[in-house]
Amino acid sequence: MADDTLFSEVLDPANRADPYPIYARLRENPVSRQRDGSVVVSTHAAISSLIFDPRLSSEDLPPSRRPRTGNPLRDWLLNPIKNRIATAHRPLIFRDPPDHDTLRHAVMREFTVARVQALRQRIARDVDALIEGCVGRDEVCLVEDLSYPLPVAVICDMLGVPEADEPQFQAWATQLATALEPDARHDEASRHRTVAAFDAISGYMRALIREKRRRPTPDLLSALAAPGPGGKAVMGDFDLISTAILLLVAGHETTVNLITNGMLTLLRHPLELDRLRADPERAPRVIEELLRYEPPVHFRTRKALGTIEIAGRTIRKGTPVILLFAAANRDPARFDAPDRFDPDRDDNQHFGFGGGLHYCMGAPLARIEAEIALVALSRRLIAPRLLADPPPYRPGASLRGPENLGIGIDGIAPLPT
Amino acid sequence: MNAAAADAGIVVVGASLAGLRGAEALRRNGYAGRLTIVGDEPHRPYDRPPLSKHVLSGELAPNATELPELLALDADWRLGHAAVALDRAARTIRLGDGTDLAYERLLIATGAQARPWPDAAGGGLANIFTLRGRDDAARLRTALAETPRRVLIVGAGLIGCEAVSCCRDLGLPVTLVDPNPTPLARSLGTWVGGVIAECLRDAGATFHAGAQVLRFEGDAAGRVVRAHLADGRAVEADLVIVALGATRETGWLSGAGLMADAGGVTCDGACRVLGADGTPCPDIYAAGDVARWPNPFYGGRLMSVEHWGNAVAQAAHAACNMLAPAGAQQVYRHLPAFWSSQFGINIKAVGLTEGADAVAIVQGSRASRRFLAVYGRAGRSIAAVSFDQARWLPAYADAIAAGQAFPPIRDASDQGAFTPMAPGFPPARATSTHIEARHG
Amino acid sequence: MTHPTETVSSRTIALRVVVDLNRCQGYAQCCYAAPGAFEVRGHEILFYDPAPPRARRGEIERAVQACPVRAISLQADDGETP
Repeated sequence: MADDTLFSEVLDPANRADPYPIYARLRENPVSRQRDGSVVVSTHAAISSLIFDPRLSSEDLPPSRRPRTGNPLRDWLLNPIKNRIATAHRPLIFRDPPDHDTLRHAVMREFTVARVQALRQRIARDVDALIEGCVGRDEVCLVEDLSYPLPVAVICDMLGVPEADEPQFQAWATQLATALEPDARHDEASRHRTVAAFDAISGYMRALIREKRRRPTPDLLSALAAPGPGGKAVMGDFDLISTAILLLVAGHETTVNLITNGMLTLLRHPLELDRLRADPERAPRVIEELLRYEPPVHFRTRKALGTIEIAGRTIRKGTPVILLFAAANRDPARFDAPDRFDPDRDDNQHFGFGGGLHYCMGAPLARIEAEIALVALSRRLIAPRLLADPPPYRPGASLRGPENLGIGIDGIAPLPT
Repeated sequence: MNAAAADAGIVVVGASLAGLRGAEALRRNGYAGRLTIVGDEPHRPYDRPPLSKHVLSGELAPNATELPELLALDADWRLGHAAVALDRAARTIRLGDGTDLAYERLLIATGAQARPWPDAAGGGLANIFTLRGRDDAARLRTALAETPRRVLIVGAGLIGCEAVSCCRDLGLPVTLVDPNPTPLARSLGTWVGGVIAECLRDAGATFHAGAQVLRFEGDAAGRVVRAHLADGRAVEADLVIVALGATRETGWLSGAGLMADAGGVTCDGACRVLGADGTPCPDIYAAGDVARWPNPFYGGRLMSVEHWGNAVAQAAHAACNMLAPAGAQQVYRHLPAFWSSQFGINIKAVGLTEGADAVAIVQGSRASRRFLAVYGRAGRSIAAVSFDQARWLPAYADAIAAGQAFPPIRDASDQGAFTPMAPGFPPARATSTHIEARHG
Repeated sequence: MTHPTETVSSRTIALRVVVDLNRCQGYAQCCYAAPGAFEVRGHEILFYDPAPPRARRGEIERAVQACPVRAISLQADDGETP
């Protein structure tokens, strides 16, 4: 079969549980042109080279035009202005240097080692409490019992978003995360839902930021909203809102996959689950191998600002370029036995958090959450087994992970003292 | 081969980065025989780059930079006595303590030593330092801690500039003297070097450009008190750091019938050392600062590369070849790369700037001191340097390795108008017969 | 960090670490994994302790694993001690 429709197979929900055979076929052609005009890059060597290429732009967020209302004032004046503002204040994952760097630097200055370390204890407490909540049951629904609530609570704590408000933006976050999914980006109705979600969540954030300025608290949002040394805030209000939304959405939609994919993989490799239980010091290796083997984000889309020669192919200016990180992570030219889950592998240089200047900002936090959660699950679930394999998956092909993961158990072991 | 040599195994001469990584590569590639490592210093292999930075500043103890051994070496360490002679017929090397050491195969990784200030021009005075080894750094650190009234640094190469940066961090008054118009002129050209000149000024250091020290003058106690410059000026200084580059440690090979001089020991493309008649010795290899080999990246021109990355890569490469049959020797290809940090800026470079006829900023801006500059020669991209823009460097390294046109990458983000400038390299030294990529 | 007046002569108390700064891209993951041993200064200068205390081995191994470009080397556990 021609390979110019392979990526549509990746997007097909029927292949969500195991896209890796399609990735293997894509890798036969490291830079693979698709019928829709995009190219898919899938080998480790080609992606390694492209993530450092300044000709690949991240400014590819599709125009999220507000729908016609029939009200001329709205359709011809207000909404076009809103659209322009939304475009000019894209979150930093959809921006290029130098603006990207300014925003990222401002965030990272507050995303301090101390702030992340301070969350360790809270994460451990949350994990214990969430597992404790399963006592007396013979089944754990991992996503709703732990993988989803944990990262949400942590990002809310870090940002300073009241957790009580969380239910109202849960749906908005899920909708906004579809900005990474090609299907949803090309679907007009979905784009309208995204605009509505953006308007709603930015309204919420605007009010919250106002509150943080009035009564600062020791959280990230207060720090970002506070005036800098010259009396000016480190970023403008629109950038502040889009950055806050980005962090909140990322906290909702990515770590959940790392934890769920992680437990799924360990349950499929019971020996590794046993070894982790016996030796929690193995956790960092387990996490890195999970990031290679079942990464939470499978691909990102960029746009070629110029003509790029790579792997004997030419990517023409303006071409959408899909960096298929999850395929590079299974590239046999880079990794021995790439389809084997092997935490003992050395030289595990994966793209589980992407790479280059858009490398995941939340990586340190995600690592801590996944480590604490997986170690605790390995120690406390008694005789865990998968109730359905493969489990049902969420719709996203990029932000890929199970919708739910039913784990049968014989009980919950008490907290080790 | 005599009986002694047969079970003498492999001897690595030089116990620094190249020697250590070479020895590790021998073991990693399955060599199970006897392995001896000879070093002139009494220390286990240590890392040098921090010496001119955090050791001088006092943040790291001089003995803190011992290099990790990445696998069990199971080696005989002969430390504290330099190799002083090589007898190829007997297959022995003589050590400084007079003992002879037999070898079956030899890896030469003796590196380089700091070019000293001539005694006739005051080099013997107290408080004049060079900086190459860990003991040098320890002595210099102790002297800096005694808060000299003014430090004079001779030579505005990477080591000299890093030393200025440290001294200013310590709050010490500093004067830097160099014959070129800007610092780093020889490695990066005056156009890029001008940025460091601005940093020097901002940091409060005095820079005497286009100046040369003729001699040092001491007091009655034999301590340096001032330097006399060629233009008649004098610089008062009670501590001097001479940072004039390095010469290769090849004196011990002088009677061995090899192609060796102060510029290095000449090898073939596979890192096999050449005899005086130009034929490769099948049992002697060289790697690191001391090795001069025809680099295929530069049309097979002879060069030695005094950088950390080359020591690691060339030693591993030479070790592989040492264990391979004569018919399976692999040629060593290397694109030089180095880093430095000074005045709070991370500088990284790839390629060789030698012979560049143009330089252009391709990312960022010179004014912000965050930029990536590419060097061109006859329309080809030959080198790139980043100032706090390291993340783009790999893309430019690939372009340089592929010999792409100058400039190599257009239509990039954060890229202004492309304006090639004259790089401003000083005329080549008359004595220079081959390329030397320098960095301490 | 190592205090300047401390000596780290005893191999039994110190680990040995080296970072390939040609490879390092300043992702700073090591700083989160082992905050006492790694630090980014300015925009992208990595400062690290090449001889961290042995008690930090777990953290340093975390940093080795977390480095996106695998630039950190740590003394092998079975490395020689004199």
